[in-house]
Amino acid sequence: MPAMIRRAAVRAAFCVGATAIATTACAQTSAVDEIAKYRAALQDGNPAELWEARGEDLWKTPRGPGKVSFATCDLGLGPGVVKGAYAQLPKYFADADRVMDLETRLVWCMVKQQGYSEADATKNPFGGPGQKSDIEALVAYITSESRGVKMNVAMDHPKEKEAFALGEKMFVYRGGTHDFACQTCHGEDGKRIRLQDLPNLMTVAGAQKAYTTWPAYRVSQGELRTFQWRLNDCFRQQRFPELIFTSDASIALTMYLARNANGAVFDAPSIKR
Amino acid sequence: MRKLAGVYLGAVAAAAAVFGCATMPTDAQTSARAAAVLKASFRANGQAGLDRLDQDDTQQACTQYAGKTPPKDVAERIEKTNLESIVWPGDGKYLGDWKNGERIAQEGRGKQYSDDPKGPVGGNCYACHQITPQEVSYGTIGPSLYQFGKLRGYSDTMRKYAYGKIWNADAYAACSNMPRFGHSGILTQQQVKDVTALLMDPESPVNK
Amino acid sequence: MADPMRIRATAVGDSTEVKVLMNHEMETGQRKDAQGKTIPAWFIQSVTATYNGKTVLSAQWGPAVSKNPFLSFKFKGGTKGEKVQITWTDNRGDKRTDEATIS
Repeated sequence: MPAMIRRAAVRAAFCVGATAIATTACAQTSAVDEIAKYRAALQDGNPAELWEARGEDLWKTPRGPGKVSFATCDLGLGPGVVKGAYAQLPKYFADADRVMDLETRLVWCMVKQQGYSEADATKNPFGGPGQKSDIEALVAYITSESRGVKMNVAMDHPKEKEAFALGEKMFVYRGGTHDFACQTCHGEDGKRIRLQDLPNLMTVAGAQKAYTTWPAYRVSQGELRTFQWRLNDCFRQQRFPELIFTSDASIALTMYLARNANGAVFDAPSIKR
Repeated sequence: MRKLAGVYLGAVAAAAAVFGCATMPTDAQTSARAAAVLKASFRANGQAGLDRLDQDDTQQACTQYAGKTPPKDVAERIEKTNLESIVWPGDGKYLGDWKNGERIAQEGRGKQYSDDPKGPVGGNCYACHQITPQEVSYGTIGPSLYQFGKLRGYSDTMRKYAYGKIWNADAYAACSNMPRFGHSGILTQQQVKDVTALLMDPESPVNK
Repeated sequence: MADPMRIRATAVGDSTEVKVLMNHEMETGQRKDAQGKTIPAWFIQSVTATYNGKTVLSAQWGPAVSKNPFLSFKFKGGTKGEKVQITWTDNRGDKRTDEATIS
């Protein structure tokens, strides 16, 4: 923090009495600095912890028509094992014979073990004012138990390889009214949209930095937002129709990005603007 | 106007469904399967129908070369087709009102399924470009447009180019990241003229 | 009753540092919903922290405080193993009290 303030002070001094373009550049740079300061100040007291607490409660409490907790839900490291589970997802699950990300696997357990219908299990994936999402809370808890763990998504099973290959192709699919693909914004180093820096998700470095910070408490949303939400909201802004929650495309894209993030230390739930 | 991406998709998808067997799918098979899976993973919402996932020739070709420069003959074909489809102003006047152009450049809404179809539609130009010096909240996906007219001169040829570029960016740079604002019906012809004026009117703050 | 707070109390030298995350919508009363109707104001008005029956912090809040507020403060004294209690009351008369052990 002190280093950042010192840098901003030096820049401010330099900017006094500058010419037209230089003033723009100076005003522009200090705007970016101020935002960085705001982001640093946000780190203490992440409201995501409120979702983590609720999620832990949901994980351990018997629920649904079957009155069963998630103790028998296998996220890839054995029934009920949460520690480190997110860092190895998505993965192929033999009992479902498909590749699943966390949210898909949670829906699977809710349906197969707790007795919910598919419709009920998927009806409220993204919370809003006065409308809490259980999935968001569960994701917050489970991901918090992978904090500090290195991403280690395997790609041994043919369906895991297939999911990655499909995700890689989907990433560059130009479509919609604006001809956008994921690549349009996330395919180059050092770019930003307005004042929001954009990670280059086609590189290992970019994927590592970005994927390890989701889910996140989005201050502007006042909600804990998951990776399924992130994909859904990207496509909305790309002028595509609506991405279906836990659809095959959402899993393939998650596989592509999570696998590219391998080796990086997972550090979520984080807090973002 | 938009051709369906692949009537052949069915056959290729069937072939590609043999994944996990001894033969690895070709690159083309993977692309075709990705497109099929993608389309099956969306639902229509508001003004965004599933037809938005159908690719026209330009989108299809540009997907194939995925951000790399397409081969010269492909690039030329894309640019030629897009140039030919530009709707030029009937009165030969390329410049509208730059003040309205600035409003259009600032407006980020339009065409999303969360947008009211009767609501404002903008170009969201500041998402990618620096434009007037007063606006510090600008993106860097595209080049700076500051002093656009001042640096290039205010000839009729230049005005026509600016209009054409906004109408259909692929006419001048195949597989450009920039949306084809006029061609795809995002902005009206008057709006395109207004944004052209933002860049090419000597009175616009862009050129001061 | 509203959702629980998250409280962490740590002994730091001869003081105790307390960090509290509160679950609250904190509506300012200025926002309008999609239909144009004003969303009624709903925010925490007072916060009290007590230790050993004594008030160590008393605060009056208003609509300027954001959603899911985070409060961090220090008070002189406090022994490990003892409890710190936080209570908030909002403009609807809703109340919430939680406590944490000083570690």
